[in-house]
Amino acid sequence: MASIIHMGREDPGYSFSAAPTAASANREHSFYPYVPNPSPLPSNSPRYTDNGGSTLGIAGATFTIMAGDTRSTSGYSINTRYAPKLFLIGGTGTEHKSARIVLSVVGFAADGHALAERLDTIVKMYKYQHGKDMSVAACAQRLSHILYGKRFFPYYVQALLGGIDEKGAGALYSYDPVGSYEREQCKAAGAAASLITPFLDNQVNYKNQYVPGSGSGLDLQARQAVPLPQQHVETLVRDAFSSAVERHIEVGDGLQMMTITVDGIQEVLIPLKQD
Amino acid sequence: MNHFPEAWGRPRDDVYGAYNGAHLASGMPNQHTQSPIVTGTSVVGIKFKDGVVIAADNLASYGSLARFTDVKRLHRFNSKSVLGFGGDVSDMQYLDRLLTSLDIRENYHSADDAALSAKNLHTYLSKVMYKRRSDFNPLWNHILVAGLDTEEKPFLASVDLLGTTFSSPSLATGYGAHLAQPIMRKLVPDEEAAARLGKEEAIQAIKDCMKVLFYRDARSMDRYSIAVITKEGVDLNEDVKLENQSWAFADRIRGYGTQVN
Repeated sequence: MASIIHMGREDPGYSFSAAPTAASANREHSFYPYVPNPSPLPSNSPRYTDNGGSTLGIAGATFTIMAGDTRSTSGYSINTRYAPKLFLIGGTGTEHKSARIVLSVVGFAADGHALAERLDTIVKMYKYQHGKDMSVAACAQRLSHILYGKRFFPYYVQALLGGIDEKGAGALYSYDPVGSYEREQCKAAGAAASLITPFLDNQVNYKNQYVPGSGSGLDLQARQAVPLPQQHVETLVRDAFSSAVERHIEVGDGLQMMTITVDGIQEVLIPLKQD
Repeated sequence: MNHFPEAWGRPRDDVYGAYNGAHLASGMPNQHTQSPIVTGTSVVGIKFKDGVVIAADNLASYGSLARFTDVKRLHRFNSKSVLGFGGDVSDMQYLDRLLTSLDIRENYHSADDAALSAKNLHTYLSKVMYKRRSDFNPLWNHILVAGLDTEEKPFLASVDLLGTTFSSPSLATGYGAHLAQPIMRKLVPDEEAAARLGKEEAIQAIKDCMKVLFYRDARSMDRYSIAVITKEGVDLNEDVKLENQSWAFADRIRGYGTQVN
């Protein structure tokens, strides 16, 4: 029967063998009949910009403090004095009620927003699917996978993820733009990271500090780092930023600080110099 | 009997020959905007206690040529939002078409009291812009969105060709960021100051900014559009002439022209 119609041909004889394959693919907007597929060719147009600013996270025994300045820059211009770099992840609704995870992103702000939004959606979906909150460790690994998923067109951001781990201790994870990550006690990221890091090495990890009277030369005993009390960490964060403001033009205007404990997240906004 | 639905109702290959799809593929790689062609210069906007004032001149330049002198770069979206476009004019026209289709769709879907706020519009635009830059095919604009947010509070925010977004009591694109922002920031350094600022002061500040921009921005013009967005709606004037120009400062400028000293 079919052979009569197709006149002995084996392949079906419909007329679309040389036909459009891309015509109905990738329709971007309703009114637009045909949008060409994105070109795989490299383009000279800019895809990234640096919006400046710095972030900082310190984990304590029962808390994690995340902080970031609120200035947004392009070149020598200040875009705005208030563009938060800290994002609540998970919780309920747009208010993120009862969230226990904070993401900070510094670098290209548009990628930062996109990343925060994606992670937030994933953490919220996790709760719908599993009926429990996502642990920071799981969230941290997932964030790494999201970043690595764009390995060849990366989210141009340095991310920090803070929360409380399953034992109730402060947890802090740091990331590079393509998803390498590790858990750390403290980490500074962004424009003034090189200014803040040595301060943190000395004041949090007690680098170059020795036990008084423990001898000289090789006999010197290094001072052992211990988890710091919350009040003390807050002071360190404020000092780190007020110093960074003095020496880096992209840092300033305001300091947004979030303290994560098992009881919730407290947010404060402290003014920094606007010059 | 042909069992393949794709072919039903189509001309048969054995009778008419295979479909010629040549017109669908150009045979050349797709090209994307690498630089803007016809451009608009600065857009300036400032928040005040009851709303937002926004302005942009009516010039579309072709490089250094003042090519089109009656191009409206402020677009009223609905009763609570206005857009100000800087950058490529054809991309502006594309976005205008896109947003018109969005507005028509929205009007069929929902009653007027649920109309999209300026904040909703800004979120939508930022996603469009970020998507296009991620496709390596950016829309070459820097846009200010002015109006009222979902709580009817003054709203002013910007989005650019990379999808970067930010909000501030006063905003300006292009040269305005260098020349107009300092003037406006003096008036509204923070949100509290903007919440105290009166309508007339805000309008005057914007007019001063347009004057400074005309004095110093070589791609600007002395005819501009200005819009005031409040709860009462959008008051858009698309043909304002720059007033009280004073070029007295000009003869003191040395070093750019042909004069000897």
